[in-house]
Amino acid sequence: MAISTKPMRRTAPRLSFRSLLREWQLYILILVPLMFFVTFKYVPMFGAVIAFKEYNIFKGIWESPWVGFETFREVFQMQGFYLALRNTFMLNLLDLLVSFPLPIILAIVLNELRVQWFKKGVQMVLYLPHFISWVIIGGIAIQLLSTNTGIVNNVLKSFNIQAIPFLTEPILWVFTYLGIGIWQSAGWGTIIYLAALTGINKDLYEAADVDGASRVRKIWHITMPGIKPTIIILLIINIGHMASIGFDRPFVLSNPLVTDVSEVISTYVYKTGIQSARYTIATAIGLFQAVIGLIFLLSADFISRKVNDQGIW
Amino acid sequence: MTSPNHPSIRTNRTGKLLDIVLILVVTIASLLCLAPMIHILALSLSGNSAIMSGKVTLIPIDMDWTAYKAVFGNDQMIRSLVFTIGMVSLFTMIAMTMTVMAAYPLTKKQLKGRDLFLFVIVVTMFFSGGMIPEYLLVKNLNLLDSIWSLILPGAINAFYLLIIKTFFSSIPLELEESARMDGASHFRILLGIILPLSLPVLATISLFYAVGRWNGFMDALLYITNSNLYPLQLRLYEMVMNSQVNSMLEGIGTAAPVPESLKAASIMFATLPILLVYPWLQRYFVSGMMIGAVKG
Repeated sequence: MAISTKPMRRTAPRLSFRSLLREWQLYILILVPLMFFVTFKYVPMFGAVIAFKEYNIFKGIWESPWVGFETFREVFQMQGFYLALRNTFMLNLLDLLVSFPLPIILAIVLNELRVQWFKKGVQMVLYLPHFISWVIIGGIAIQLLSTNTGIVNNVLKSFNIQAIPFLTEPILWVFTYLGIGIWQSAGWGTIIYLAALTGINKDLYEAADVDGASRVRKIWHITMPGIKPTIIILLIINIGHMASIGFDRPFVLSNPLVTDVSEVISTYVYKTGIQSARYTIATAIGLFQAVIGLIFLLSADFISRKVNDQGIW
Repeated sequence: MTSPNHPSIRTNRTGKLLDIVLILVVTIASLLCLAPMIHILALSLSGNSAIMSGKVTLIPIDMDWTAYKAVFGNDQMIRSLVFTIGMVSLFTMIAMTMTVMAAYPLTKKQLKGRDLFLFVIVVTMFFSGGMIPEYLLVKNLNLLDSIWSLILPGAINAFYLLIIKTFFSSIPLELEESARMDGASHFRILLGIILPLSLPVLATISLFYAVGRWNGFMDALLYITNSNLYPLQLRLYEMVMNSQVNSMLEGIGTAAPVPESLKAASIMFATLPILLVYPWLQRYFVSGMMIGAVKG
């Protein structure tokens, strides 16, 4: 494009003013979005320097005196911080172990379905939980699993089995957290694998048919190798996100009885920063997590480049 | 699917068996997916005594609409619904406008500093100031307890921006070349050529923005304390998690529904709008995921 327009400009200088005007419009278009990124993304990034300051609301961010790593020293002495850090990694790791394989299996199963309307209907149902907000899911979870009124425990009681405190006993809460995660994401997670499956050469299956291969063998020798690169790249991406955790899911599912396992970095930052208004402490915790998260992501990208010859973005 | 030239009785029979197993597996998975929501629906429609005795499972017992009357008659719920619809619409329009405004210039090689701009944008995908600096910014801009606190901070998603930019780049240059010869401005090209050709991707990203905003909860929890400006998710959180649901009972009278059915009806109230648009959501989201997946 640049090659085709440049000679034209040289041979027709009368057009240059108009073409300059045209290029101006590009800058006008991108001006507002750039201002957005500076204001709402970069100002907070630099605002995070209050982690190194003794923040005073009246003096503002810039006038407040520097204190170096004093705040971080304080953070590293907080027991709650280590607990939140441990829980973040623990929940993420367990989530990866139980939630990662299921979409793969489900996608292969869906791929084997021959009746198209049935497959479409099943997909429609399986994708639905992805669109339900965590607040709604949290509400549903309480209605289903609470010890006194939940349907699950009501059914157990009718069989004379003792009520199970799914939401209030720490170990059980972790299982509940993981199970609800599966419910919410397993169906939607199949999409990326189904996309990869459409890319597998159909001739391979036909050749296998000629050789009299069974469907199980075809799954094992054609389907699985076909989606292996996708599995590896998604695994690496997931490991890259190991240090960061969303806010909504642990927040709506937790309750005061299980904070020992449910308090994660994001909810801990909320409690110290917003609820207790300890801005510098909470900012330091957030910054610590952001840096660890970035290290994880960059490492994942590095590994991906080694393994797959391509980065994760 | 199996080749008719090589019928093998053994593989056919195991194939049939496999089919049955597969159908069974996905049917159970689908039921597990739906059962919780069907139970909530049943709860919301059941009579008090049936709920209290714990008999309601998947079918409503003693059909009773009082819980819905209480929810739909509740000013706060209705206000939150109306506010959320307005806020999501405004957000989606602003977000789409801003995203397109950024995406188009970034496809043009003539844009000086294009790589720098791209870098500035991509960095935000991997690093952010965090919850507290963002909260302090919104506070310092005097946006707390304002609808703009829910709209402006998330007005451009860098990932969606890249998807749209990639799509714009895939439009053949020849299409705009002739318009440029005729002296059409970038505004004209964008509005007259690029946007009409990009409607599917624009619809998809609009839905991404709208659903994300509709389901968003954390920023409202942080930025909104004025109960008149509660989005639906925050209202539902207060009602169901903090058991404020009894506030709905004022003026209902003696046949008041029990909290369980009120909570269930509130959950259904908040879920219904998503369910209504779900068929379209699903289609566009799947195609959007495919664009993202192909892009890598």
